[in-house]
Amino acid sequence: MSPAIPILLALGLGLVGWLAARSRAWAFRKTGGATSLHSLPNYHGWYVALWAIVPAILFALVWNAISPGLVIAQVLTDPAAAKLPAFGIDRDAILAEAQALAGGQTAAAFNPLSVGLAEPFRAAMNYFGVIGVAVTVLLGFAGGAVAFLRLRPGFTARTRVERAVMGALLLASLVAILTTFGIVASLMFETVRFFGFVSPVDFLLGTHWSPDPMASPSAGMGQNYGAIPLFWGTIFIGAIIAMAVAVPLGLMSAIFLTQYATPTVRRWMKPALEILAGVPTVVYGYFAALTVAPVVRDAAQAMGIASASSESAMAAGLVMGIMIIPFVSSMADDSIAAVPQAMRDGSLAMGATTSETIRRVLIPAALPGIVAGIMLAVSRAIGETMIVVMAAGATARLTANPFESMTTVTFQIVAMLTGEGSFDHPATLSAFALGMVLFLVTLTLNFIALRVVKRFREAYD
Amino acid sequence: MTDAADLHQQRIASRIKQRYAAERRFRALGFFAVAFSVLVLAFLLVTMTSNAVGGFKRTELRFPIDFSTGLLTIDPSQLEGPNAMQALQGAGLPDVVAFAAAKAAGDVAGTELADGAWREVGKRLITNPALLRGKLDTSLPVSDDLASAWRGEGSAALQALATKLKADGQLVRAFDPGFLTRSDATDPQAVGIWGALKGSMLTMLVTLALAFPVGVLAAVYLEEYAPRNRWTDIIEVSINNLAAVPSIIFGLLGLAVFLWIFPNFRSAPLIGGMTLALMTMPVIVISGRNAIKAVPPSIRDAALAIGASRVQTVFHHVLPLALPGIMTGTIIGMARALGETAPLLMIGMRAFVAAPPDGFTSPSSVLPVQIFLWSDEINRGFVERTSAAIIVLLLFLLAMNGLAIYLRNRFEKTW
Repeated sequence: MSPAIPILLALGLGLVGWLAARSRAWAFRKTGGATSLHSLPNYHGWYVALWAIVPAILFALVWNAISPGLVIAQVLTDPAAAKLPAFGIDRDAILAEAQALAGGQTAAAFNPLSVGLAEPFRAAMNYFGVIGVAVTVLLGFAGGAVAFLRLRPGFTARTRVERAVMGALLLASLVAILTTFGIVASLMFETVRFFGFVSPVDFLLGTHWSPDPMASPSAGMGQNYGAIPLFWGTIFIGAIIAMAVAVPLGLMSAIFLTQYATPTVRRWMKPALEILAGVPTVVYGYFAALTVAPVVRDAAQAMGIASASSESAMAAGLVMGIMIIPFVSSMADDSIAAVPQAMRDGSLAMGATTSETIRRVLIPAALPGIVAGIMLAVSRAIGETMIVVMAAGATARLTANPFESMTTVTFQIVAMLTGEGSFDHPATLSAFALGMVLFLVTLTLNFIALRVVKRFREAYD
Repeated sequence: MTDAADLHQQRIASRIKQRYAAERRFRALGFFAVAFSVLVLAFLLVTMTSNAVGGFKRTELRFPIDFSTGLLTIDPSQLEGPNAMQALQGAGLPDVVAFAAAKAAGDVAGTELADGAWREVGKRLITNPALLRGKLDTSLPVSDDLASAWRGEGSAALQALATKLKADGQLVRAFDPGFLTRSDATDPQAVGIWGALKGSMLTMLVTLALAFPVGVLAAVYLEEYAPRNRWTDIIEVSINNLAAVPSIIFGLLGLAVFLWIFPNFRSAPLIGGMTLALMTMPVIVISGRNAIKAVPPSIRDAALAIGASRVQTVFHHVLPLALPGIMTGTIIGMARALGETAPLLMIGMRAFVAAPPDGFTSPSSVLPVQIFLWSDEINRGFVERTSAAIIVLLLFLLAMNGLAIYLRNRFEKTW
C-alpha cells in the first residue's frame, strides 16, 4: 500500500474539519453578534484542521517506519518460512525477493523458496496496510471531533493556533542544530570504529598512505594509514598554491573595483566576477583536467622538470585559486568598505596619493577583516572536492614539487567511499576519519574568522 | 642659495613624479587583476562552447533505402499498436537498413551503423506507413569506430573509408536533437542528457520542498521571535557554520544517516534531495534573515497598533514584504545545489543509469555527476559530449541567476 494514501486521507479529513469548524464559528457569530467570537472563524477552522491532521500524519509516519518489521515478523510465523536458511545474506535475499514479488515489482522469482513466501507476504502487507489506514483515519477523526466539540463563541482558537505556529517555527530552527549534531555524531561513530582498527597516532602522524580495501584487517596495517601526505597535499594545493593565486588577484580586484573603477566598469565587472563564483566546481575540474593540466605539464617539461605529471598539484591549485578569487574579492570588498570614510579623507587631505592611502591606511585598517576572509577562503579551498578529484591524482606523496601528482583529504574520501570496499573495512571507515579531521579544521577556521569579522565590524561602528 | 632651493625643488618634483608613477603602476595592477579574472572566465566559456558545438552533433551516414523493390515484407496493419517495432524487427528491418547502407556506401559501411540505428527508420515507418511503398532518404548514426575515424583516430582502413565517404558527402556531422531527449549510454554516439536532467529536476524539487519551508520558518523565528539567550546563540552559530562546512561532509552525513534509514533508495533523487536540502537550508536562512531585517520596524508597529497579534503581524505583513529577498536567496542557494557533485557521489549517485528515473525513489543520475562520469571516459567522443552537457548546465544556472537578479530589481524595495 502506498504511504501516500493515509497521508492524503488525513489531509482530506483536515479539510473537512476546517470547513465544518469555520461554518460552525460563522453560526456562532450569526446568533451572538459580530463581537461574540474571541477568534475569527478561520482560526476555529485551523484549530480543528490541525487536530485532525497532525496526530494522524505523525501516526502514519511512525507506522510507515515500523510496519515492514511487523510484516516480516508475521511472514516468519508462516510454515513456508521454516525452510529458510537460518541466517546471512541468502535469507535476506530471499525475503527481499518474496517482498518484491508480492508487491508486483518483479514478475518472476530467482529462488523457488521466495515464490512460496510471496503469498504470506502479500497477506501480511495487506493486513498491516489496512490496520495503518484504519488507525490513521480513526485518529484523524477522533482528533478533529474532540477539537470540534470544544468550539464555543469564547473559545481562544487564535491563541492556540498561534502557539502551534510558534512550535513549528522553533522546530524549524532546531533543524540546524540537529544537522550539526547529525554530522558530528555520524562522523564520530565511524571514526571511533576506524580507530578500533588503526591507532590515532598512526593515522595522524604516519607518513605512508596506501590503504588496500581488499586486504583483510590485520594488526600491522596501521602503517598503511598515515595521513600526513594527505594533509600536506591538501595544504599545499588549497592553502599555498590556490592562495598564492587568489589572494593577490582577489585583493587587487577588490581595491580596483571599490577605489578606482568608474561606475560603468564596476557595473560590468562585478557580475562577471559573480559568474566566476557561480560556475559549478565540476566544470572547473573539467577545465583543470582538460585544458590547464596539459599546459602546466608541457611548461614544466620545457623548464627541464622531467617528473612533471599530467595530474599535477599545480594545475589543481591554479584552477582552485581562480575559483576562490571572487570569494576573496567580496570579503576584501566588505572589509575595505567598513573602514570609516574619515580615515581615508584624512590621509588624502595630507597629500597622500590614492595608492598610498590604500596601502598605508585602508589595508592596515581593514587587515583583520581581510585576514578573516582569507581564512574562510582557505577553509573553502581545503574542502573543495571536484577539482582535486579530476585534476590532482591519487598517489599520496610528501613532496614540495608542485608539478608532481599529489592527493588530498577530499580526494581520498571520494576514492574510499566510491570503491568496492565493505562498510566494516578500515579503508572505508578511514574516509569518515578524514572527514572528521576536515570538519574540525574547517569548523575552527570558520569559527575564528567569523569572530574576527564580528569584532572588527564592532570596532568601527 | 638659489642653487640649493632649485635642488630642493627638483628633488620634490622627481619624488612627485615617482609617486605618481607608483600610483599608475598600482592602478594598472588592479586593472590587471580584474581583467585577468574576466579573461579567464571568457577563456573558459569560449573553450567549453567551442567544444560543445561538436557535442550537439553526431556523425551520420546518408543513404537512400528503396522499399519499393519489396525488400521488407510486412503487413501495414502490423505497424499499429505497441508491438510495431518488434514486428519490424521480426520482418528484418535491421538487415534491410544494413543492406541499403552497404549498397550505397560499401560493405564495410553497412556493418558500421550504430546498433539501434534501424529504430529511427522504424519510427518513421510507423508514423507514415505509406513510406513502405517508396524510397526513403535517411541519415543514420554510425558506430563509434567510424565516428572516431572521422576525427582521424582508430584503424587506418576505417580512416580511409571515412575520408572517402566524407568527400562523397555521405558521411556528415549533423545536429543531433536526440542529445536532449536520450539517457546515458556506453556509446558516445548514442548518449543523451535527458535522464540526468530529469534526475536533477526531481532532486531539486525535493530540495526545494524541504529546504524552503524549514529555512523560511527558521529565519522568521530567529529574526522576529527568538529570545536572546544561549540557545539562540547556539542555533545562530550552527547555521553560520553549516553554511561554510564543505559540501562533501554533507555527503558523508547523507551516506551515514539517510542511507542507513532508507537502504533501498541508493542513488535515488529523494536521498540526493534530502542531502542537498541540508546544504541549502543555511543559505536560505541567512538570506531570509537579511530580507526580514530589511523590512522597516514601522510596518510591524503599525500592524501591532491596530490590534494584530505578533503572528499575524509577521505572516500578514512582514513576510510578504520580505518574500522577494527570500526568493532571491533561495534561487541562488538552489543554483548552488544544482551544480553540486561531491555529496551526491557519496550517496552513490554515480551508477550507470540508462533510463530516465520514473520517480523520486528510482535510481537516477544528475547533470553534474553525469558530466563527471563522462569526463572520466577514455573514449574521445565523450569530450565533446561532456562540454555540451556543461553548456546545458551553465545555461540552467545562468537562467536561475538571471531570474534571481530580475526578482531583486523588480520587487525589492528600499525604504
